[in-house]
Amino acid sequence: MIRSLFEPRKIGEMAPATKLLLYFILFAWSLFVIFPIYWLLITSFKTPAAVNEGPFFLPWVDFKPSLHAWKDLFVYDLSDTMRAYFNSIVIALTATALSVFVGSLAAYSLSRIEFAPNLITILYFVVLLIGASVAIGVYKTDLWLTLAVVVALFFLLARAVGRLYTARLKNGDILFWIISQRILAPIVVVVPIYMMFQSVKLLDTHIALIITYAVVNLPIVVWLMFDFFNSIPRDLEESAQLDGATMIMTFREIVLPLSRTGLSATTLLVMIFSWNEYLFALFISTSKAQTLPILVAAMNAGERGILWWTMSVAIIIMIIPVVVMAVFLQKYISKGLLVGAVKG
Amino acid sequence: MGRLFLTPAVVLILVFSIFPLVASLILAFTRIRFSGGGFKVRFAAWRNFDKQFFGSEQFHLLGTFGPLSVLAWIVGLIASAALIWWIYRYCRSHFTVIGFIGRLITFAMALSLVWLFAATLLSGRQFGTVGTTLFYVVIGCGLQFLIGTALAFACSQHIRGNRTFRVIFFIPMMITPIGVGYIFRMLADTSKGPFANIWQWFGLGDWSWATDPWASRIFIVIADSWQWIPFVFIMMLAGFESVSKDLNEAAEIDGAGKWMTFREIIWPQVLPIAATVMLIRVIEAFKIVDLPNIMTAGGPGIATESVSLQSYYAWRSLDLGSASAIAYILLFITVVICVSFFNLVVLARVRAKP
Repeated sequence: MIRSLFEPRKIGEMAPATKLLLYFILFAWSLFVIFPIYWLLITSFKTPAAVNEGPFFLPWVDFKPSLHAWKDLFVYDLSDTMRAYFNSIVIALTATALSVFVGSLAAYSLSRIEFAPNLITILYFVVLLIGASVAIGVYKTDLWLTLAVVVALFFLLARAVGRLYTARLKNGDILFWIISQRILAPIVVVVPIYMMFQSVKLLDTHIALIITYAVVNLPIVVWLMFDFFNSIPRDLEESAQLDGATMIMTFREIVLPLSRTGLSATTLLVMIFSWNEYLFALFISTSKAQTLPILVAAMNAGERGILWWTMSVAIIIMIIPVVVMAVFLQKYISKGLLVGAVKG
Repeated sequence: MGRLFLTPAVVLILVFSIFPLVASLILAFTRIRFSGGGFKVRFAAWRNFDKQFFGSEQFHLLGTFGPLSVLAWIVGLIASAALIWWIYRYCRSHFTVIGFIGRLITFAMALSLVWLFAATLLSGRQFGTVGTTLFYVVIGCGLQFLIGTALAFACSQHIRGNRTFRVIFFIPMMITPIGVGYIFRMLADTSKGPFANIWQWFGLGDWSWATDPWASRIFIVIADSWQWIPFVFIMMLAGFESVSKDLNEAAEIDGAGKWMTFREIIWPQVLPIAATVMLIRVIEAFKIVDLPNIMTAGGPGIATESVSLQSYYAWRSLDLGSASAIAYILLFITVVICVSFFNLVVLARVRAKP
């Protein structure tokens, strides 16, 4: 009797005891995942008294749910809440569009065309860049003038320098260079970015955050889309090119429709990252362009300690779009993640 | 034509990533004084780094050093011997100059981290932000990897409802780190949180996580894991599902046990994915800043402060030179560790794949 618990009934099936253990683990973990979210949800319906008097678990049984906190955010502070929400939506959507557009173009050209940039020209460019930074930082020359001089110097002498030594990079090197930007911790670049936007008076604007998020997410887009484009057969494109289609036409008419799954997965992923981003927003947006994460974090700053009930509401309205997305589009998002990892 | 496609991406990265990177390096060697509306920039040579490594901020970045205890000597010497043995074995087998230099850098980094660990924590003192960040990376990623893989393996079995579990397990990854930080602060409250009764029952009602260094560190690792286990789970699940069923069945027919099938057939096939997943996780884990900032503000003292957070605090007190220097130290450690991991673990696994 007991032995039958530990032996599979059919070949290739699990023993009942194993199955039971498996279900136990899966349910336990589901509880661990769901409970924090449940607690967040009920806290948002509690009055301050119900939060402070101790743990209450069940609405209507333990405590009387109230819309007190929701009213705080949606009636009294409506303009603040709505502005942050609007900012977040605008910034996340535009940054995603920009990033996916620029990134997939780059990924496509890297997967189809052989590039061979000259190594010494690149070194020359880096040296110029360092010189420019020293000039701006230490000798305080004008930012835009210095950059213009650098660009001019580069184009004037690039060919001459390039002839000195002819080692060339390959596509793989360019790809690696772009992807490796992901290693860069935001904290390393955020101070200069802050100063750059300050010098062109773009601090605390949508544009600053949009550009920053687009660049931060470029490596992911290029990485995922490169693998995706590589997996698309090239026959169609080749025959289109034989018929005289330009590269832009081929890309728009043939490649884009074929890569819809990869594109949508990448888009979703980048959108979520931009929606949740905190550190850059902390530096770059102070009031007008404030995004939702900053709004949530700012609730901590009051004199009365943290108002857990309103903060819960703020977190809930912030995570609703992404959680809904996760529930319905989980398959696509994970597919997007996998394109890169499994093959790369 | 093709250049036109690539140019926007390259220009964007050059302007907003490479240029700031260079500028940050320059900042790290300067001292900026704010005075009456304007600011003065002065060249400071190595002083910013000197302050972090040997000067007044040493306790903050590296930790307080004490005289080495017996345990510290034992651990340090054993680890050093192992590292020297590793380098020696490499020299005897397939020596190349570049490979040797790369391993030498890895060796130097590992050796200094081991002795840093020995001289601070093992000698009964506190470690600094570097130690804390490594704690988050090693313990956090290790935990996430183990649990994520176990859950993925469980979910890859044929059981009813595994699609539902998949969706549920995926959710935390979508939630903003800020939200995760505050949610876990609510949960961990020992007087008003959901587990208050349990804490009181243990007589810990007046005790607070936030005053105990190790409790706060572990608390942050738990929140971080809650958020990132889904990532490992999703990736490893795909790995397990791509394992060929034929080999699996053939092994079982040949009488291999469950454990042996897993170790000999399944694991080697998912190993390349596992290595990639770990690499991505480790890269992201080094950047940790929002959770400690939200949950403990680096406290108690500096116990939960990560290197990123230390740099942010330096920026907030307008010490831009130190902020950049600290950020560069983080970048250096991250790059050495991640590149070592990539070359010695990921590439080795990919190459070993039949």
